[in-house]
Amino acid sequence: MNVITVPPSLDDQTFEQVLEQLAPLPADARILIDARNTTWASPYGLTALLTLAQTRAEKPQFMPPERDDTSSYWSRARFFDYAGELFEIKGKVPARGTERESRTLLEVTPVSRSDDVHKVVERIKDKAANILTQNLHLESRAVMGFAMALSEACQNIVEHAGRGGWVAVQNYNYRKRMGRHVVQIAVCDAGVGIRQSLESGNRRPLTDRWDDGVALETAVIQGTSRFPDPGRGQGFKGIRGYLRKWKGKLAVRSGTARVAEVPPWDDDVVRRDHLAPMPGTQLFIMIPEELER
Amino acid sequence: MAPHTIDVCAVLRSAVNQNYGNLLTRDTGMAVRHQIERELAAHREGGITSLDFSSIGLMDYSCADEVVAKLLVLLQNDDLTRGGYVVFRGIGEDHLELVESVLTHHGLALVCLCEDGKPRLIGRVSEAERRAWDMVRVRGHAAPAELADEFGFGEDFVAEVLDELSRRRLVRRGSNGFQALDVADMVQ
Repeated sequence: MNVITVPPSLDDQTFEQVLEQLAPLPADARILIDARNTTWASPYGLTALLTLAQTRAEKPQFMPPERDDTSSYWSRARFFDYAGELFEIKGKVPARGTERESRTLLEVTPVSRSDDVHKVVERIKDKAANILTQNLHLESRAVMGFAMALSEACQNIVEHAGRGGWVAVQNYNYRKRMGRHVVQIAVCDAGVGIRQSLESGNRRPLTDRWDDGVALETAVIQGTSRFPDPGRGQGFKGIRGYLRKWKGKLAVRSGTARVAEVPPWDDDVVRRDHLAPMPGTQLFIMIPEELER
Repeated sequence: MAPHTIDVCAVLRSAVNQNYGNLLTRDTGMAVRHQIERELAAHREGGITSLDFSSIGLMDYSCADEVVAKLLVLLQNDDLTRGGYVVFRGIGEDHLELVESVLTHHGLALVCLCEDGKPRLIGRVSEAERRAWDMVRVRGHAAPAELADEFGFGEDFVAEVLDELSRRRLVRRGSNGFQALDVADMVQ
């Protein structure tokens, strides 16, 4: 059994540590994901863990967080609703109960069809409007763009992934970098990934270099889709435009690369190559609290 | 000409059998557009149809691309003598930026009746097209010769600009020159 240790704080950056531990192992290796010492997870962390389980040929084992407040939060965020099918869970999992977590805008939710996107947006639109305007102090017109970004991000699964994925949205205080409230949208799938998606539509650009990084830039930055229809590919362009306006961040990971639209408050790099491999596409959007108003 | 209005929200609810009132996802947009196309086909003979978005809630790029951009492309490529003019109503400030972005992406433009009741040209148009459109709108109708002096260019140039506006279905070619899309007829 190969033990993969989940870091104490699980987000888009630290999830790379999980993938680095997995990289040397074949897809059918028996693994145990040990999250006992994990005390916090972002929506990206939770949805990426489920996605990771989907990529394994052998059902992985999973040890939940030991801290009651952490595991009960994961439970309320519905992580264990789906983890129970994807992992062999070793240890105690708290019952979800009926209490709704106030900072969770949208619990971990599966997305595979167009109708799922409608349900997701409809479910959170009122609460999102309150949080964007009251907690993040954004103008009310930010709400329409938020719904657009969420919808377009989820549609990438429906249109391109070839299999279902997960979405989660959370409002929290991002003390580590900003000391401000943020809303994070995470959308993760274990589908074909952006490179293979573009190749399937013969949409690979005429360049000598062709890898996951180039494919990501082609799709996310240049707005190319696998479909030749000129109206396609506007989703990422729209998301990027929205995030530029509200000083938000977008990061998209696929295969062994990651590209990011980095706002002034962050010091992330715009592109990373040669990362540990991960099938599918994993995306997160972060919208920060506005301070100047 | 009898006014004809299509309530886009009613079409949405009927086309995809849902009660949300949001124009989201490409599948939804495609279904809505197909139904609008069928309704337009039944009211084409030179008429102007008002597409009423006032009950629409949220909107995304994929759906707007299907409902707005693809519909306009279809109308522009159709035979001008068959009519098929549309004016958009009820596009709120929240939707406007998104719709404009989709139009610009495709090099399209549309006539929109805004909240203040005035028609507005949104999307991608040249300066000359915008000026000519505005002159026709103020007059109700105009022939190229009537506009040439004010325009500051020759009649041929103005005729060319108005022809292009007509091809793009932003004005109507009529017996007395070019006509503004008669918004007053449609306000019910």
